[in-house]
Amino acid sequence: MSNELIDFFIVSIALLGIGIYGLAVKRNAIRMLFAIEIIINAANLNLVAFARFLSHSGGQTLALFSIAIAAAEVAVGLALIIVAYRMYKNVDIAEFRSLKG
Amino acid sequence: MVDATFLALSVLTIGSAIAALEMRSLIYGSIALMGALGGVAGFFLLLDSPFVAMFQIAVYVGSIAVLILFTVMLVRRELIFTKVEDPRRRYAGIGLMLVLMVGLGSLVIDSGLKSVTADEPPIDFRLIGEDFLTYYWPALVLMALILAGSVTGALVLARREDVTDEQRAD
Repeated sequence: MSNELIDFFIVSIALLGIGIYGLAVKRNAIRMLFAIEIIINAANLNLVAFARFLSHSGGQTLALFSIAIAAAEVAVGLALIIVAYRMYKNVDIAEFRSLKG
Repeated sequence: MVDATFLALSVLTIGSAIAALEMRSLIYGSIALMGALGGVAGFFLLLDSPFVAMFQIAVYVGSIAVLILFTVMLVRRELIFTKVEDPRRRYAGIGLMLVLMVGLGSLVIDSGLKSVTADEPPIDFRLIGEDFLTYYWPALVLMALILAGSVTGALVLARREDVTDEQRAD
């Protein structure tokens, strides 16, 4: 294998940067969920890369747990978006202002 | 040095991630997100972890992306195709992204990680199964309970009858 750990690490940093850009700029709730998914995937990529290069199975196990928990998080997040959409007829987070003082 | 497969996969993954956030239509955006998640599964295959790659394809590309696609289809059409964002905020976001990438990237390149190469044999996936059922069994049970709870919670939330337009506070 000619790829090194640092190559995977740099791809993971790029994905993290894109995800944080999406979270900071987008106002559409569904797009913010996309950004969260991208960040979680960057973390998983790092976990698996380190597990491969340090030759330890813990990283892969933790990545599997992380994927399963991310699935649960998306299910709840989408349900929340649907409830908010039925309330406000919009998915723009600037329009969700029930809790605004 | 990296090989051609790695380069192609990184272009696919990063390009699809940008497209998922920047495409005008949310439907094409979620399809691009599928591409990015599939690219990460390809990286897992490159890292000799076929079990995690299969899990990634089954859970992310198979279920999460389809779930998102169906939610997008429930939303009104003009909301799918319009993009509202503040240009000043957008430039600030791009600046934040570049600062983060350059900062973390230079930190990583300066660290000693460059000398780490894979000379050990890859991990057998049977070892992961053993891990799950021996050392991590309480976490596995807890994860199953969390998944069941979250799916039930999502169904209860989405089927609430008492949420209407009149509750808007304005």
